[in-house]
Amino acid sequence: MAEQGTDSAFVAFERVQKSYDGETLVVKDLNLSMPKGEFLTMLGPSGSGKTTCLMMLAGFETATHGEIRLDGVSINNIPPHKRGIGMVFQNYALFPHMTVAENLSFPLEVRKIGKSDREAKVKRALDMVQMGAFGGRRPAQLSGGQQQRIALARALVFEPELVLMDEPLGALDKQLREHMQFEITRLAHELGITVVYVTHDQTEALTMSDRVAVFNDGRIQQLDPPDVLYEKPANSFVAQFIGENNTLEGVVTRIEGETCVVRLDDGEELDATPVNVTTVGERTRVSIRPERVEFNRDRLKPGAHTLKAEVLEFIYMGDIFRTRLKVAGNEDFVIKTRNAPDQVRLEPGTEIEIGWLPQDCRALDAS
Amino acid sequence: MSTASGPVLAADGTPLKRSLARALRVQKIRALLLIAPLLLFVLVSFVAPIADMLFRSVENQIVAETLPRTTKALRSWDPEAQELPDEAVFEAAYYDIFIAAERKQHTRLGSRLNYEQTGMSSLFRKSGRGLDDIGEVYQDQFKDLDRNWDEPEPWVELMGAPSWVAALQDWEKGQPLPPFALRDGVADLLPLTAREYALFARFTQQEDGKSPLKEEPWTAVHTALYTDLAAADLSGYDGPRAEMLRAADAAVDAPGFETVRFRDGFAEIDEDWLSPDVWRTIQIYSPAYTSGYFLNAVDMQKTPEGVGLRDERERIYGLLFKRTMFMSLMITFSCILLAYPVAYLLANLPMRSANLLMILVLLPFWTSLLVRTSAWKVMLQQQGVINDTLVWLGLVDDAARLVMINNQLGTIIAMTHILLPFMILPMYSVMSTIPPSYVRAAKSLGASNWTAFWRVYFPQSVPGIGAGSILVFILAIGYYITPEIVGGTTGTFISNRIAYHISSSLNWGLAAALGTILLGVVLVLYWAYDRIVGIDNVKLGG
Repeated sequence: MAEQGTDSAFVAFERVQKSYDGETLVVKDLNLSMPKGEFLTMLGPSGSGKTTCLMMLAGFETATHGEIRLDGVSINNIPPHKRGIGMVFQNYALFPHMTVAENLSFPLEVRKIGKSDREAKVKRALDMVQMGAFGGRRPAQLSGGQQQRIALARALVFEPELVLMDEPLGALDKQLREHMQFEITRLAHELGITVVYVTHDQTEALTMSDRVAVFNDGRIQQLDPPDVLYEKPANSFVAQFIGENNTLEGVVTRIEGETCVVRLDDGEELDATPVNVTTVGERTRVSIRPERVEFNRDRLKPGAHTLKAEVLEFIYMGDIFRTRLKVAGNEDFVIKTRNAPDQVRLEPGTEIEIGWLPQDCRALDAS
Repeated sequence: MSTASGPVLAADGTPLKRSLARALRVQKIRALLLIAPLLLFVLVSFVAPIADMLFRSVENQIVAETLPRTTKALRSWDPEAQELPDEAVFEAAYYDIFIAAERKQHTRLGSRLNYEQTGMSSLFRKSGRGLDDIGEVYQDQFKDLDRNWDEPEPWVELMGAPSWVAALQDWEKGQPLPPFALRDGVADLLPLTAREYALFARFTQQEDGKSPLKEEPWTAVHTALYTDLAAADLSGYDGPRAEMLRAADAAVDAPGFETVRFRDGFAEIDEDWLSPDVWRTIQIYSPAYTSGYFLNAVDMQKTPEGVGLRDERERIYGLLFKRTMFMSLMITFSCILLAYPVAYLLANLPMRSANLLMILVLLPFWTSLLVRTSAWKVMLQQQGVINDTLVWLGLVDDAARLVMINNQLGTIIAMTHILLPFMILPMYSVMSTIPPSYVRAAKSLGASNWTAFWRVYFPQSVPGIGAGSILVFILAIGYYITPEIVGGTTGTFISNRIAYHISSSLNWGLAAALGTILLGVVLVLYWAYDRIVGIDNVKLGG
């Protein structure tokens, strides 16, 4: 992970560690810096430490070791209510005994903002999320999506520069979730706020973020923009976690600069880009995205390695075809092809040869 | 099938509603059977006693039942006139109390009327014995005239129907006695005597199981005979014992026959009978239902001028009700203060520590109520643990030990402790449903710890306070054992008075009236709470 200097960073974690029981580290040596205005998503399986990081930033958990800085100032010892960070919670946490307008007014009241100012800001915030007509309702009278909007408006109404979101869309259905993803990113860019967004949904992470930090086992595995993350996973965990992925195991037999040759366990060879393999003879796990697999020989470079494959299953999915193959003993090898007029539909039982460009096939760690 | 009009039909042609009802009937019956044992138990052991208690608080049949003729005769009497009722009332009272005394009911009536006017109990007890004196005047004179008037047999022949007399003569001990029947015509000839003799004969047969052939009649029968003979014309009489009866008639009409006015007879027994107050009380309480117990329970009474307050020194229930309310409120309030932090801790501590704390909260539940109360006695008394400690520390002088028991303070301390779990548990169950994210949200929005608590956490915990308060208050207002033990004289509740009337003074009507008022107060408070706070805001959990 190449970190730029933290001097210009708006949010910075420096060597942060967190342990709850004094025996195991939930967050191990976290370093992260974000410029102002960035939309950064922390993505990872549950228990990977992403929510803990968010809570440390919000001030609800204290870092066991290390320093967290906001706009150049260490906030380790600042209580949460003085950090001025907006936060959207997983279950929205709208106060049930207050109306929508009172909920929004709350952060302004505790900041001792005058009544007329308050009303104007509340109105503006409600309009911003298209909920202007709902000020008098109670949260319980709103649908999940509406509550979500209110929670968002409440986190923004006091104009924080940093907003944290803890799986805010987890409880919504798919369509609403996609709509809200768009809304949130639109608002974030319009208002120029910095957002730290926690989710375990990779689609959400890829579509919304400027950069995604993939968490596992208390560490950031990779921190990159979505396209880099998808196309150039830094290790096999990221490759597995982001998107669909085919893996084949083997041993590195030759490394020549930007390419290497891997001999699979059944003896066949293929071309790959070495990512974190450095020595010949090392075990590796190669990863190929299903849509980058090619079975039309004409499109492959002459002399490229190909593999024999047997078609096991053909699934028509509308926009794409999903074909399951048996490749080098792996029966879960999947390829995806676009549903174009001239596209071939592979019949189960046919034997084909598959290949790919070396840059699409990445030789990763074998772990 | 036409669906344009008529009921919707099921597939087999029966109306859909009936089909549905039939389909649900089995379920309903099963549900009913499942709750039947509890329902029966509640009806028998809870609803019925309460209904009985409510009824007792107004029930007053004893006066009219024991003194039927007197209450009737008193109807025309004007109590305002400061005059005694006329002779007819005294006569009716004579016969009523006489039979009541034979049935040993006059003392019960005396106790009943004693609740309304002191002295009535002894008056009736004395009169039960003394009324014989009136009848004996006549009995003695008739006996002197003819020994037969003091014998059972001539009376039987004179009064009884021949068939009954014959059956009675054949009667042997152990067999059922023949039911008494008056001889034809005797009721016209001697109406009062016939009535009294019939009462006597039936009473002797049914209550005592003896034959009227073996028992000489009551003196009341002789009194009635005198009254009848003084008015009757016997010239045409030729029934049994005609000679004897004619002789008696002649003697009664003859000058020199000694008579007693009933009123004088009563005065002889007790001068109080000449006080209009006694008759007024009987008249006021002669209806079958009375508000007297309720008036008594709120320190009022019926007077000839209507309803009025009792004497200042007789008023105790108003004070007791006020004290009960005040102390229950104090206990509820102390419970809220003490329980809130504990419930908060319980709801927010990690599971293991919370469980330990919960055991400590529940521990008092597993200890006998008496033990806990007695423990407070040991703690609080003047030679008790707290006083000893304070004296030892030098904070309190040995001569001026604190009085913390047998007064209101003692009751409040002990009851707060005893009722505390009833406050903690509902609070806890409400607080444990408040997600920590609310307070976090408040803090992230800029609220300090206190603001977050007061504006966000506390309002959401109010339903728990409401539930706990209702529970504690209602329990406290009817509490009995603890105030009885640690309350002394100033720290007792209305319930202690109710218990006194149930078990010591035996004034169940008043106890029932007090209990009914207590029930009413609780219901009214519940209603008020519902109006002000809303019963929807009460949660026992979830």
